[in-house]
Amino acid sequence: MNEKGEPILLAENISITFGGLKALDNVSLKIYPGEILAIIGPNGAGKTTMLNILNGFYKPDEGRITFEGKKRSRHMKPNHIAAQGIARTFQNLALFTGMSALGNIMVGRTMKMHSNIFSQGIYWGFSRKEEIEHRKAVERIIDFLQIENIRRTPASMLPYGLRKRVELARALAAEPKLLLLDEPMAGMNLEEKEDIARFILDANEELGYTIALIEHDMGVVMDICDRIVVLDFGKKIAEGTPDEVKASPEVVKAYLGTAGG
Amino acid sequence: MAFFFEVLVTGLMVGIMYSLVALGFALIFKASEVFNMAQGAMSLFAALALYGFLKQYLHLPLWFALLCTVAVMVVWAYAIVFIVLKPLVNRPPLMLFMATFGVAYLMEGIGQSIYGTQAKGLNLGIPDKSYEVAGIFVSSFDLFFAVVAALLVFGLVWFFQKTRNGRALRAVSDDHEAALSVGIPLLKAWVLTWIIAGVVATVAGVAWGTRLGVQFSLALIAYKSLPVLIIGGIDSIPGVIIAGLIVGACENLGEVFIGPYVGGGIQTFLPYLLALLVLYFKPYGLFGKEIIERV
Repeated sequence: MNEKGEPILLAENISITFGGLKALDNVSLKIYPGEILAIIGPNGAGKTTMLNILNGFYKPDEGRITFEGKKRSRHMKPNHIAAQGIARTFQNLALFTGMSALGNIMVGRTMKMHSNIFSQGIYWGFSRKEEIEHRKAVERIIDFLQIENIRRTPASMLPYGLRKRVELARALAAEPKLLLLDEPMAGMNLEEKEDIARFILDANEELGYTIALIEHDMGVVMDICDRIVVLDFGKKIAEGTPDEVKASPEVVKAYLGTAGG
Repeated sequence: MAFFFEVLVTGLMVGIMYSLVALGFALIFKASEVFNMAQGAMSLFAALALYGFLKQYLHLPLWFALLCTVAVMVVWAYAIVFIVLKPLVNRPPLMLFMATFGVAYLMEGIGQSIYGTQAKGLNLGIPDKSYEVAGIFVSSFDLFFAVVAALLVFGLVWFFQKTRNGRALRAVSDDHEAALSVGIPLLKAWVLTWIIAGVVATVAGVAWGTRLGVQFSLALIAYKSLPVLIIGGIDSIPGVIIAGLIVGACENLGEVFIGPYVGGGIQTFLPYLLALLVLYFKPYGLFGKEIIERV
């Protein structure tokens, strides 16, 4: 899964400052097609900030992002970036609580659907056909993530672990070229973690998704990721395969605080 | 007993009209957390515009005049979102609320300067006869608008539940960031919401305009719908519709059956009394989403 080549996403020399605090300082990273990249680091290292920059919520002060060979303009809004094929999940759940699980996933499909308000009014048949077609695609995702039995449950009634899964389904529904996951396993028990890890691996291996994720559970990260980028205080301190990263004295120092080097 | 039902039915018919106005409020509130003070002014402006197209400036056929009126409301929707709301994105809701106040006065002012201040009779040629149905007298005029309102309501429910754009609007009302992250453009969603609110305002404005004449007090029917919003819960579309019916019915029944004992005129404050009662027992309205703050 890890043949190199042109990266699908290239972030070069990204810096961003929040009220005097340098959240990211000259960080570069590459994401290659078909890989699972983990961004790890202690709390406050700038991981989520990086993800927010990648999907366009924040505009970096410096640096540039190239997605599929095209440089991203500074005026691009998050919804344009989503339309380009970058989907994400959130660290603190961001489901549409007023809708059912199915509704949420259908909304995730927005970018794939083309009927607009006028065609809905004028050519009802087209919209209806499209709706059914996309419903089928969504059912496949529901099937894939094994959430058939909670389809109709309002998102607000779901337990935490399942909400996370629905959020993943919503992101998958867009069939993104790049999937960003912000702590997909945070706050889960061991069993739930194993489930999600399995789904992430399957999404990558069976469905071919390129994934960048943030995660705290080192065991999981080492197990499922092809490459790892380590951030600490807004700087990139290591990058490489799980084994390379584990061996890096900088990483050991950042995580354990020992005076290794 | 037949008399009771007659009063009840008349009240319900008026209630549907309240629902219509309140619906406009609820739609915009759900999509952008803005309490739109301009909803009444929008209804007024739509009625004025229709009169202008139909009688005052042009003499267009009715269907075309209606179409033009909706077009005017679409222009307003774009103007409000891009000129007034866009610079206020991410500001506290109170600022947006005040901005809609400004929009309301602006609309009334522009309406006055284009169409003049005198009251105008709007006659759409809807027959106003009374029919007897199961011993109850129903005005065909009331019935017509009741049917139009019902169709509009069903159309909106279908749109919000079953279509891509409707779902996108609900998503925006639920979580702005998540909506952006799945590719929904915020401003376009707002424009669409305001257009829908404009169409609802048009129907309400025309309905009330033909009933009471197109005059500037029409903007005040918006305040009539405040108790409806409180009773129904401002974020619940079905709630608002049902509450409109409740208010209409109670108002009419109260006036006819309790009114004589207290000297009449209780119609004007009875809805507010009801609203207070509801607030006492259900602070989020009968159908509103209860907000539970986690600590």
